[in-house]
Amino acid sequence: MTAVTNAPVPARVVLNQADIDRALTRIAHEILEANKGSKDLVLLGIPRRGYPLAVRLAHKIAAADPTVDATAIVGQLDVTMFRDDLSHQPTRPPYPTQLPRTGIDNKVVVLIDDVLYSGRTIRAALDAIIDLGRPRIVRLAVLIDRGHRELPIRADHVGKNLPTSSVEKVRVRLEETDTAADGSVVNEVVIEGGA
Amino acid sequence: MKHLLSTEDLSLANAIRILDTAEEMAAVGDREVKKLPALRGRTVVNLFFEDSTRTRISFEAAAKRLSADVINFAAKGSSVSKGESLKDTAQTLAAMGADAVVIRHWASGAPHRLAATDWIDAAVINAGDGTHEHPTQALLDAFTMRRHWSKLAGTASIGADLKGMRVAIAGDVLHSRVARSNVWLLRTLGADVTLVAPPTLLPIGVEHWPCKVSYNLDETLARGVDAVMMLRVQGERMNASFFPSTREYSRRWGFDDNRLRALDSLGLKDTIIMHPGPMNRGLEISAAAADSPRSTVLAQVRNGVSVRMAALYLLLSGDTREPAATAGAARTNAAHSNAAHSTKESN
Amino acid sequence: MAKNNGTYLIRGASILGAGAEDLLISDGVIAARGAAAAAHNDAHGATVIEAAGLVALPGMVDVHTHLREPGREDAETVETGTRAAALGGFTAVHAMANSNPVADTAGVVEQVHSLGRAAGWVDVRPVGAVTVGLAGEQLAELGAMADSRAQVRMFSDDGLCVHDPVLMRRALEYVKAFDGVVAQHAQEPRLTAGAQMNEGAVSAVLGLTGWPAVAEESIIARDVLLAQHVNSRLHVCHVSTAGSVEIIRWAKERGINVTAEVTPHHLLLTDDLVRSYNPVYKVNPPLRTDADVQALRAGLADGTIDVVGTDHAPHPSEHKECEWAQAAMGMTGLETALSVVQHSMIETGLMTWADFARVTSFAAARIGRLTDQGRPLETGEPANIILVDPAARWTVDPARMATMGRNSPFAGLELPGQVVATFYKGHPTVLDGKLNTPYREPAASAAGAS
Repeated sequence: MTAVTNAPVPARVVLNQADIDRALTRIAHEILEANKGSKDLVLLGIPRRGYPLAVRLAHKIAAADPTVDATAIVGQLDVTMFRDDLSHQPTRPPYPTQLPRTGIDNKVVVLIDDVLYSGRTIRAALDAIIDLGRPRIVRLAVLIDRGHRELPIRADHVGKNLPTSSVEKVRVRLEETDTAADGSVVNEVVIEGGA
Repeated sequence: MKHLLSTEDLSLANAIRILDTAEEMAAVGDREVKKLPALRGRTVVNLFFEDSTRTRISFEAAAKRLSADVINFAAKGSSVSKGESLKDTAQTLAAMGADAVVIRHWASGAPHRLAATDWIDAAVINAGDGTHEHPTQALLDAFTMRRHWSKLAGTASIGADLKGMRVAIAGDVLHSRVARSNVWLLRTLGADVTLVAPPTLLPIGVEHWPCKVSYNLDETLARGVDAVMMLRVQGERMNASFFPSTREYSRRWGFDDNRLRALDSLGLKDTIIMHPGPMNRGLEISAAAADSPRSTVLAQVRNGVSVRMAALYLLLSGDTREPAATAGAARTNAAHSNAAHSTKESN
Repeated sequence: MAKNNGTYLIRGASILGAGAEDLLISDGVIAARGAAAAAHNDAHGATVIEAAGLVALPGMVDVHTHLREPGREDAETVETGTRAAALGGFTAVHAMANSNPVADTAGVVEQVHSLGRAAGWVDVRPVGAVTVGLAGEQLAELGAMADSRAQVRMFSDDGLCVHDPVLMRRALEYVKAFDGVVAQHAQEPRLTAGAQMNEGAVSAVLGLTGWPAVAEESIIARDVLLAQHVNSRLHVCHVSTAGSVEIIRWAKERGINVTAEVTPHHLLLTDDLVRSYNPVYKVNPPLRTDADVQALRAGLADGTIDVVGTDHAPHPSEHKECEWAQAAMGMTGLETALSVVQHSMIETGLMTWADFARVTSFAAARIGRLTDQGRPLETGEPANIILVDPAARWTVDPARMATMGRNSPFAGLELPGQVVATFYKGHPTVLDGKLNTPYREPAASAAGAS
């Protein structure tokens, strides 16, 4: 084991736990505002880290609107089988797709992901949704938009716009999916590499 | 994983991976659009040297649900009438751009030959070879058992193995590729397997297998089982003196109505009855047993498509150009010839 | 004095692995050995071969070779097969009868015999079929083959077993008339119907029809009792199981006139190799277990097994580039026999080079009743001699072999020992490890003058 905590890769925290929480609170309110309330809302998180973000958002929406049952409006949408780079990447086993009991037909589906980059994941997600039903509206919410789009796709709700160089890596670490090297709870967004 | 040739060399991690992926594939069957685009533009060839409509259509459905192009190739060629050689057939398929070859062959080891030689570079899936293995059958059996076992335990089947499950496999083990594949896979998944057969239908060397062996089905049931898998028995085996008569066979080793009742009186209310099909009703399994609520025969067929989708997806979706560790170091002779015919000759 | 086949002074060769001595070869015989060699009149002008570090051995005699001609010239010919033999250190081979037409008449055995003489690389001794067409029903004209120019002494239906006990008894009795021997391919046919490989732990896993050891052993047991009953001579081809070794040991203790052979591949390889399903490992009798290999080695070392026979069985590549069940049975062996025996018997300490000479030459010539082969390296004896470099190491590459067969199970294996020179009737058929020129019969006038 040669890896040390402070690897030679420069890493810089751009959002800490409080920043993430504030951004999600703001997005939750934006979603309610754009939808003029909570009617027909369905939040679909894209694995892995989009799903815990969707769950957090659902709870914030429920906190703002007591008529909402957070667990009833959130689901997970796996897009693995719809990716356009399957034959160029190591094989990835799919994650489960779980829709809320209400389904997605005629719903307002908000796709949730952690980082918006090329836009290809969202393209795959749109295809996946079409095979599952016909929502009335599909919107997109992301924690980070780092630019460098390769497709005509834009987010409706953005936690933070983060101008990056393409050699940099944006890492989102959430307590639901990640643990810090020392085993402690982690909620942060960091940029690795670059200058 | 570049090929799926046998369960003997399938690791626990890969077995669980296939079963878990199959769970996700099963969900597709419940959707409005029962199709995924994952293998769009990929070509899957069903290369069948032995008739098996069931297995072929199961693979065909699996490939089509993943949007692959499917070519069915029913190759004539038995040990008696010799058609085109396996090598020439394989090279033909390679020239046609096959990405995966699903091969069913009467000769044990034929899929290994395809995988080990440079005749074709495609992923090879063994859809049953001689009396050797039938790995996707064992995987769909394990999938069926895992769902049952998890349900009894009240846990999710994703990620689960079969630790503690008692499985009896009864019938013509000697000639059964299903039995072989099941023994290895169930061992890997932690199940406790007992083979039940007349001594004539057990291979010499079975004592080295990771399972128990019994000649008595009633005793095996009485010791307690969670799944009983009945193997197909060919009545013709009688003519080669493997057993005296079909009547005596079904009395001693068939799953008849008495044994079905015995499950109840033994208090084995959750024991399932499995059969890989096609069934010989009245020989190795009675109609009442085959049609009872304990029977998983149709679930097995349904699960077969999911498991085969998982296998095709996992073998074909990855970057096949990455250096894959191939099982069984193949040492090939450099010499090749274009001659087409193959004959048997003693030295 | 005109020399028909040249004069060679071999200097400092270790004779059968013992002390270094000189050998003078002249006029087809060993003219002198030891200090007398260099001092001999013929030594002047002789071609000198520096043989320090090399072992001099009697030319190897193969009791079991398939030359395929006539009939399967796409697999091997007498010419290519005997080139391979010379390179492998042989000066005589017994050509098995399963050609097409079968060598079951004086005509066919004389044809094979004369093809061998014309090739000139080794003595080709045809083996006659025991039964007409190898069909196992009616005795072939054994006497006619014995009396022919080929002087057949060994009879075998090899590839098939003479399984009818009455027919086997008659054959054993009949060959006594001309001091012949019946070489039995011991394989009970009913117990091996459709058999693909040794029956045991590996066949159970691979789902290949098993070939039980008892199918070989039961025939050997029957045949040694028959040989005893009719007081004849039995040779058992390619013994492959521990049980067979025990039965033969028992028979020899009872004074039964039985000899036995083992192949190089059965001394080294096991049925574990079949796990690859590569038909290069498909052979009859099949590769067995490690316990069998150890028993065969012990049997060869203690004399229970008399000889090594290659069972050289070349096949065209399309007969091996196929499914296991479709593939032909057999392996090439002439060019690897010496190395495999050195590797498995000498380097394991089980045998010396003198033992090697016994099992590859002396005993083999006695079984085939060859008078001018398998002789000691003494003055006056026929100059069938090989020089072996025991320190050499080489990697088996079937593509570089003289045999047409590419089906060597040893491909890629590094083996010890290399044949540096082969002298056949005093003529070097192999020099510096390469084929030289074939032996030519002396012209009629020269023959008359000597």
